[in-house]
Amino acid sequence: MSVVARGEARAPRPGFGSRIRLAALAAPLAMLAMAGCRGQQSMFDPAGPQAERIERLAVFAGVISTAVFIAVLAATAWAVLRRRRGDHAPASPDRDRRMGRTVAWLTGGTVAVLFVWLLADFGTQRAMAKVGGTQPLKLTVTGHQWWWEVQYEDTVPQNRLVTANEIHIPVGRPVLVKLEAPDVIHSFWVPRLHGKRDLIPGYTNHVLLRADRPGRFRGQCAEFCGMQHAHMSFWVVAESPAKFDAWYRAQLRPAAAPADSTRRAGQTAFMSNSCAMCHAIRGTAAGAGNGPDLTHVGSRMSLASGTIANVPGHLGGWVVDPQSIKPGTQMPPNQLKPEELRALIAYLEGLK
Amino acid sequence: MSATPTALALACAALLAAGCKREDREFKTFPPSATPGSLVQDVSLVPGPRSPALVAHSPYEGNAYAVSEGKRLFGWYNCSGCHSHGGGGMGPPLMDDQWIYGSEPENIFETISEGRPNGMPAFGSRLGNDEIWKLVEYVRSLSALGVRQDVRNGRSDEMQGKQPETDVDPTKHPVQSQSPVKLDKP
Repeated sequence: MSVVARGEARAPRPGFGSRIRLAALAAPLAMLAMAGCRGQQSMFDPAGPQAERIERLAVFAGVISTAVFIAVLAATAWAVLRRRRGDHAPASPDRDRRMGRTVAWLTGGTVAVLFVWLLADFGTQRAMAKVGGTQPLKLTVTGHQWWWEVQYEDTVPQNRLVTANEIHIPVGRPVLVKLEAPDVIHSFWVPRLHGKRDLIPGYTNHVLLRADRPGRFRGQCAEFCGMQHAHMSFWVVAESPAKFDAWYRAQLRPAAAPADSTRRAGQTAFMSNSCAMCHAIRGTAAGAGNGPDLTHVGSRMSLASGTIANVPGHLGGWVVDPQSIKPGTQMPPNQLKPEELRALIAYLEGLK
Repeated sequence: MSATPTALALACAALLAAGCKREDREFKTFPPSATPGSLVQDVSLVPGPRSPALVAHSPYEGNAYAVSEGKRLFGWYNCSGCHSHGGGGMGPPLMDDQWIYGSEPENIFETISEGRPNGMPAFGSRLGNDEIWKLVEYVRSLSALGVRQDVRNGRSDEMQGKQPETDVDPTKHPVQSQSPVKLDKP
């Protein structure tokens, strides 16, 4: 046996008993790790009745799966140890009968567990369909490569609101989201409010949800949809009905006229360069619908569909070279004169 | 396992891997000219000389992705408003073999970028060079001009009075225009 190079005494190989102790240690560690499941995009931190149901089902399924897993491992360990000790009974008709009974019981138990699971799933689905409350708020979410178009429905056409990548909803009121896609299949997923629901071209899907707590919940496309699928997220902001109404009224207003000469120059830059080929700013001549509506882009939390925070520096980088931030995005690079770019940033950031 | 099947499998894998490099997608693209006016030059109304300022040739020759992107941009920028879906309307058709200002990629680039008399607007200040090159590839694919079968778009969602783009036989003459465009003598 050679001497260990650094002169450390090697720990003896852990025996079986110490492994059980390790497992006993790991269980509370796993629970500690679960405590890290709180967050803006965690299904274990539900903010609405649907997400609560889903979480309950997930925990139920997790507990049962864990119990089954531990039972299988224990049975395996028992068999291995028994074999090592060499006290297995000789083959006999009696032993075969016992074996048959055991297998039958285990099979029955498995079927029973699966049946309970099925019932739990049905119960969850039924409970999730009931949101109760008043007339739901209706909005249409259209998934594009790679951003979200949001349109709030209203019986009065001029009260319909188009925005992008940020959905505000009032707390306590059910929200009926109509899901559509013009290009490929996407999936609408706000883990703290509901499960996943696909957006399928040529087919209209719906998801009914309710937020019971104010907060900002992150959503994410959950169906691979091409190059920038990973950067196709959005925010849901749940706020009190009064706050929501104020936000809605502010968003309905057309863009404010540029207040100073810099912003006027920025507006001119927007209209005379390629920006106006794809984007719309209500209240100006720009009315193209190929990219997100920018009427109140200055009021949003993030840019590029939740990819970067909405600050002037990011905005400038995004306008000049979006392909570095989001390779493959359908926004082309734009070369502007420095003063033009500064004016454009001032103008867009001023669109509160 | 003997050596022969292993060698055979390796050879097959190498052959398959060669197919992985069908085409490259370039995301660091040319920014559009910072001074849109710099490209404009007086060209006679025949296929004009090439602008020295331009890239000498299309960067997207034979690039299927560029053709499909060109198709998307064709819809986005409302080219159909005048050219219909290649069949022509207020503007000349794009899927026949009549090319008033030349059919070379550079000619089409200049047509889109600088506009042409009688109605073609200049998009040079509104689109990046890169987008224009993609449009060029798509426009050329409409009349099967030097665009390989496997590069052309496979389907169209619009109703159209023509064969699917993949059925156009590049060896034969493209669809003849029903009404050749008469050029007014300047």
